[in-house]
Amino acid sequence: MEVSYYPGCSLHGMAAEYDQSIRAVCQSLRIRLEELDDWNCCGASSAHFMDDQLAIRLSARNLAIADRRGRDLLVPCAACFQRLKHADKELKHDAARWDAEGYQGRMAIYHVNDFFERPEVMDLVRKNVRRPLTGLAGVPYYGCLSQRPPKVTDAPHPEWPTAMDELMETIGVEVRRWSYKTDCCGASLTLTRPGLVRKLSGDLFEAAAEAGAECLVTDCPLCQSNLDAQQASIEAERGVQFGMPVFYITELMALALGCDHPDRWWRKHFVDPRPLLESKGLL
Amino acid sequence: MASAASGEDLSIVRPDSDFFGAVEAKSGEPVSACYQCRKCTNGCPLAFAMDVMPNQVMRMIQLGLREEVLQSHTIWICASCQTCTTRCPNDIDIAHVMDTLRQLSMELGVEVAEPNVVKFHKAFLDSLRRHGRVFELGMVGRYKLATMDLFSDAALAWEMLKRGKLKFLPAGIQGKREVRAMFDRS
Repeated sequence: MEVSYYPGCSLHGMAAEYDQSIRAVCQSLRIRLEELDDWNCCGASSAHFMDDQLAIRLSARNLAIADRRGRDLLVPCAACFQRLKHADKELKHDAARWDAEGYQGRMAIYHVNDFFERPEVMDLVRKNVRRPLTGLAGVPYYGCLSQRPPKVTDAPHPEWPTAMDELMETIGVEVRRWSYKTDCCGASLTLTRPGLVRKLSGDLFEAAAEAGAECLVTDCPLCQSNLDAQQASIEAERGVQFGMPVFYITELMALALGCDHPDRWWRKHFVDPRPLLESKGLL
Repeated sequence: MASAASGEDLSIVRPDSDFFGAVEAKSGEPVSACYQCRKCTNGCPLAFAMDVMPNQVMRMIQLGLREEVLQSHTIWICASCQTCTTRCPNDIDIAHVMDTLRQLSMELGVEVAEPNVVKFHKAFLDSLRRHGRVFELGMVGRYKLATMDLFSDAALAWEMLKRGKLKFLPAGIQGKREVRAMFDRS
């Protein structure tokens, strides 16, 4: 299986462990990722905050590159995914306005969870699990932009997604139920209104702890880096200890599939996941 | 309550009859369809920090209360989580209306209630315009300079550098010119 790959800026920087674990998982499942040539930033939230047209043009260039390749497109960053899906619909709706008359857009655009959740890929995952992560209890955290708004993302269950729950179960993680799967962590305000972010993110940690989770599992690089990096200051502010690692789903998949050297990712985390994984006999 | 009869100041509301149409035209969203069910406000994770509730923003647009809307903190505190948009029974993309209001407030030179939010997005887009991709370290540095708040996140930035989560140098793309042309057209 071959698929086009749009990592986006985060996966080349802050979320390098997400990029590396996706590549490791795909390699072990014999899925070939082909990174789009010379892709540009999609503009994320900033472009549509400031200028609707700029936001679409930025994504349109990437879509044109993917369109020429013709393969389905995997977009692991939730913000990039939502922007590319939005532009894809705009280009199809009004190609002339965006100078995109040649745009076919026949490729499917996938986010990580819906990419791996497809039955044929899920089968591959199931068959290749070498070490189920038995005993590890986590909550699935989807966040906002891989799901909402559904008219853009085509998410089948935007208020109660289940794709990551199923992936977690497939690799042996005990999925704890909670009501915060798609509640916003506030990541887009991290630098500008950090107090508000600590409130939103802190509430998530409290709910996860209440649900009996030992870790959060996500597939959004903005959520992961926000929740992971802010946890210590939230703990200080609230006077509680969560000590709750925030994993990318693909890091846990790589661990279960027996990929090489997952330890290079653990070192990048703010909340060190090694004590938890060691206590479960998973390291 | 002030009254004209007592000679005290009377708060006068001056609706702008063009504002409603301007917002609908620029956003393409049917703000007139809002019938105040308040699902947007009920589901908004940041309502607790807003000065005007999202459903009130919709009503104020309908009433032409331009200044009140464009000077609100709400339009900048909205994190664009899209919950309101997803749940609106009248299919108003409320998060997109918020985008439109932010853009209008800048176009009309209204005093922005949350200037740091604007500085952040400008720093982000500036980095994107320069390199074709966002150079995180440079973008954060530029934002910190713009806000003259150099040290509040310095410890965090250092921890990120130690973990190899921030690159020291930008990675430009060949299509930089194409990207710049998009900025010039807008």
